Amino acid sequence: MSTTDTIENTGATHSHGSHGHGSYLTSSKGLLSWAFTLDHKRIGLMYLCSVVLFFIVAGVLALGVRLELMTPAGDTFSPDTYNKMFTLHGAIMIFLFIIPSIPASLGNIVLPLMLGAKDVAFPRLNLASFHIYVIGACFLLYSLLAGGIDTGWTFYTPYSSESGTAVVSALLGAFILGFSSILTGMNFMVTIHKLRAPGMSWTKMPLIMWSMYGTGLMQILATPVLAITLLLLVLERTYGIGIFTPSLGGDPVLFQHFFWFYSHPAVYIMILPAMGVISELITVHSQKNIFGYKAIAYSSLAIAVISFLVWGHHMFVSGQSEIASAVFSFLTFAVAVPTAIKVFSWVATLYRGSIVLNTPMLYTLAFLALFTIGGLTGLFLGTLATDVHLHDTYFVVAHFHYVMMGGTFIAFLGGLHHWWPKFTGKQYNEALGRFCAVMIFLGFNVTFFSQFMLGSQGMPRRYHAYDKVSADLLPTFEMWHRTSSIGSFILGSALFIVLFYLLHSLFRGKPAAKNPWGGKTLEWQTESPPITHNFATDPVCEHGPYDFDVIEGADDHHGQAADKRG
Amino acid sequence: MSSEQPFLHHHFHSAAQQSASAKLGMWFFLAQELLFFGGLFVAYAFVRFMYPETMLAAHEYLDVNMGAINTAILITSSLTMALGVRAAQIGDQRQLRLQLLATILLACAFLVVKYFEYSHKIHVGLLPGRLFAADGIAGKPQIFFALYFTMTGLHALHVIAGIFVLGWIYVRAGRGEFSPAYYTPVENAGLYWHLVDLIWIFLFPLLYLVR
Repeated sequence: MSTTDTIENTGATHSHGSHGHGSYLTSSKGLLSWAFTLDHKRIGLMYLCSVVLFFIVAGVLALGVRLELMTPAGDTFSPDTYNKMFTLHGAIMIFLFIIPSIPASLGNIVLPLMLGAKDVAFPRLNLASFHIYVIGACFLLYSLLAGGIDTGWTFYTPYSSESGTAVVSALLGAFILGFSSILTGMNFMVTIHKLRAPGMSWTKMPLIMWSMYGTGLMQILATPVLAITLLLLVLERTYGIGIFTPSLGGDPVLFQHFFWFYSHPAVYIMILPAMGVISELITVHSQKNIFGYKAIAYSSLAIAVISFLVWGHHMFVSGQSEIASAVFSFLTFAVAVPTAIKVFSWVATLYRGSIVLNTPMLYTLAFLALFTIGGLTGLFLGTLATDVHLHDTYFVVAHFHYVMMGGTFIAFLGGLHHWWPKFTGKQYNEALGRFCAVMIFLGFNVTFFSQFMLGSQGMPRRYHAYDKVSADLLPTFEMWHRTSSIGSFILGSALFIVLFYLLHSLFRGKPAAKNPWGGKTLEWQTESPPITHNFATDPVCEHGPYDFDVIEGADDHHGQAADKRG
Repeated sequence: MSSEQPFLHHHFHSAAQQSASAKLGMWFFLAQELLFFGGLFVAYAFVRFMYPETMLAAHEYLDVNMGAINTAILITSSLTMALGVRAAQIGDQRQLRLQLLATILLACAFLVVKYFEYSHKIHVGLLPGRLFAADGIAGKPQIFFALYFTMTGLHALHVIAGIFVLGWIYVRAGRGEFSPAYYTPVENAGLYWHLVDLIWIFLFPLLYLVR
């Protein structure tokens, strides 16, 4: 093992030495030069392709679910197929798309660039994290091919310890994927600690670094608990060890505690990187210094810390003690404080900025609107009395889609468009970009606002057919379900156009400039696409990440920095 | 620059930066390990709380002597590991290899004792969950033995991983890769080994010495 490591390592060093100044995309060729690369940018791109692929798989499953719900009767798919579709939609979206989406794909590419580093702290661990991701994905996909799973992505016991579907491979898949996530988090935290460019103090870091740091903290401290939980559940299924299954002497509520101890921080693992992306986009595309740098930075850490103390709000109707519920409810409200600090600071940043309504900015504005709705409806669910009414209804479904899709996914798209010229060296079709951003915003709201209406009327989630739920409400349910389904098809079509024009730009796109948006962070000082070594000369950080008052262009500035060093 | 320091990777400016990064990464990894076993400790607390009598009755079937021997073995191995790190620090190559070898042998001895314990349990049917086949213990002893095998089994896997890591460090030490200027891998392997030791120090009283 040590020999191959050394060979691989010296091999990489050599290739860096000879090709370090060419574009990272073309510096070496062949499938193996990608599959075993140690370059964070290539690993990030491989992650990007994988997460997009899995988004499409899980998105098509979601369209299947919406197709079924067009009509009240369960006439399109069988109940079993329907259960498997929504389970795999959730599991694939969560474990294979959202968690790695921003950190491991976009973050992997931009984090070292923005810090002025040549790579992440542990390039081999970074590659290992990608390989582990692929192995985990294979396990999860195996359960899709082996007939699917029908437990819901939360794997609640006792059903998950009894269900006859391919639960074990899905559990092992999620277990393995967890380690991929842990390794990424560790790597990013160490990189942020130790590899910042000279002159870049903690408060001169771009704000996305603070988000990534908070994310890393949660990945390290929460994910291992999920790992052990899933392992215990695997043992429960195979040997009946009796920790979670009541008939064997276990406690299913213990499983819920374990599961949400990870999965609530995981929600912030999903949203914090998105918040970081928004801080970058909103400053660059309004050419204005961020409002409240420290408030945003520290609120990222505050969210990471409080995230560990709120898991019980998923369990208000599980039979946990009322005192526990009240405390969890209170702490849940506490999360709203740092979150609101961020939203207010972003809005204040826009005030009197030179706002350019280009594609990334449209996504940023969409994020602000959708995330605010998602966040505020979270308070409805964090309130004990209303939660009892809304629990397990479409209100919950709409809430987390507003946060996860309207928040994280929209920020992912915004970040993708923002950094696309940097990643690929190509400019996409701006008109199509704006058109799709608007269509996605509209389609999203049609899809998911309808679900708030459904949920507030009491429509339960996860139902295959709703023709017998309530005779009085059937016309209302049918109308909103149909609206939601139509919205989802608008959303899906717009997303396919995005995929099309982004791929098209790779072949026909205009070459992108070094710094097409006038950004002040370090990634805009290097070529588009960056050279393998990231920077021709080691960058020095001489001003804050959002100092748009500094008059000279980023390129001249870089020249000066290099002169001073030379 | 890098020709004088063959161990320095291209993306670090200095050996100090590289070593500090590696050590910080290791501490983050150890934090992750603690939370991983932390989940098991919570499961243990739950079972202890739900079935206190069973817990007391079932633990009588564990061999305290063997557990105590293993505790002594692991604590000694932590000492030899620490001496090995010290040897690397002062550049005593012979001592370094010797102490690493001692640590590896002690780790193997731990596993041998574990093997005898496990095979006895398997023989008499003191097994987890549905596999449980012994009689004479009231309550739900299969849950206790599920915890016993899961906790000590995962710990044993960490010991096995430790043997591989230390073996790799031993090979690298044999090639003369370490010097007072560069011994971070030895230190990090040592940190890992101490954690494996530390977890056992909690497992031993929790499982063998319940009162």
